[in-house]
Amino acid sequence: MKTMTKARLKSPWVMHFDCGSCNGCDIEILAALTPKFDVERFGIVNIGDPKQADVLVVTGPANKRNQRVLKNLYDQMPQPKAVIAVGECACSGAIFHNCPNTLGGVDKVIPVDVYVPGCAARPESIIDGVVLVLQKLQKVSEGEKVD
Amino acid sequence: MVDFANLYTYIPVVLVILAPIIGGIMMGIDRKLTARMQSRMGPPIVQPFYDAIKLWGKEPFIASQLQPILAFGYFGFSIAAFTLLAFGQDMLLMIFTMAIADLCLIFAAFNSKSPYSNIGARRELIAMMSYEPVMLLAAISVFFVTGSFMVGSIYEISQPLLTILPLTFLALIPVLIIDMKKSPFDVSGSGHAHQELVRGIYTEFSGYTLALVELGHWTKITLLLAFASLFWSQNLIVGVVLAFALFFVVLVIDNSYPRLDWKTMIKTTWTVGFLLIIANIVGLIARVVILS
Repeated sequence: MKTMTKARLKSPWVMHFDCGSCNGCDIEILAALTPKFDVERFGIVNIGDPKQADVLVVTGPANKRNQRVLKNLYDQMPQPKAVIAVGECACSGAIFHNCPNTLGGVDKVIPVDVYVPGCAARPESIIDGVVLVLQKLQKVSEGEKVD
Repeated sequence: MVDFANLYTYIPVVLVILAPIIGGIMMGIDRKLTARMQSRMGPPIVQPFYDAIKLWGKEPFIASQLQPILAFGYFGFSIAAFTLLAFGQDMLLMIFTMAIADLCLIFAAFNSKSPYSNIGARRELIAMMSYEPVMLLAAISVFFVTGSFMVGSIYEISQPLLTILPLTFLALIPVLIIDMKKSPFDVSGSGHAHQELVRGIYTEFSGYTLALVELGHWTKITLLLAFASLFWSQNLIVGVVLAFALFFVVLVIDNSYPRLDWKTMIKTTWTVGFLLIIANIVGLIARVVILS
């Protein structure tokens, strides 16, 4: 069981979903993959397939058009899984919080584990968010109850 | 009774057991070298094993009842093909067993309604169509030298195969590129994200079925590299260095070329691959005719 926990912490595969963000946060997420930050040295891989992903990274405010897609993607991910909301919009809706077409933060649609604030969120804080999510995955893997 | 006096007979058995592990380490080296070529640090060498163990522990999502059986089939037939090589058996049988392993993967991908996985499977068929004839011709060119299709007969010749069949060895480069799913010929499904087919042929695999497919893929890479190392069968160390050199050339090509379409893949393998091997065979025959 210990080997499994270690393997889970060493290879979090990340799937990125854009809920209608301004692309500011998306560019910062991709910046984390570049040689300067190079998250692949921690085994983090950006993967496009929800069936193979461990961590869902969401940017942008949830809205009425894409909440079905977001829910569907989340449901297609096998356990253990975790969600990171990157950027102010994904955390709370930010300047779009009372727009008629948006619902607000991503947590209105799916359960969020880690909130990474910032407009746009910096690559360092995004990597920090992934590290926080790993702590949750470790607790899940060791059989603790996580709310 | 186990005859411990003759331990050499157990080397093939050990090799078969180690084959997926060697392949996994090669994939780790691949990721590390690729990262260094892109001036990144890269993951540790054992990263593929972390990935495989993690995938084994994920919740199983099965797209169809047949899929796990075919995933086991892909792994099993890859191991079977490597067993034939390790025990010095027939090269043609080895290539056909490898083809059956690939067919298992293709049927597993066809066995779901996902359009990504279906197009990936179709492209994998085209990939098979382009590299299998080159492998067969390579086996035939070895037959011209040793007079037998048995892998064991390669160990009996006094001169290294590389000095007799240098062009055939070069023709193995596109074969290895296609089989390792590397650019420019990674049309059916790439290890990297953000391709137009999501994950191509691997889209519908998840959890332990994906881990099995990975294990099978590692075994196939070990098989091809072992086949390349036979080109210097007189000295094992030189053979291993030769296989490493081929592997490194494939990585350099992967990092310097963008992906090309399937038409270019077929045209390249069927012209460059065929011409190289046929030129080699014609050269061999011409030398025999001139010397006699």
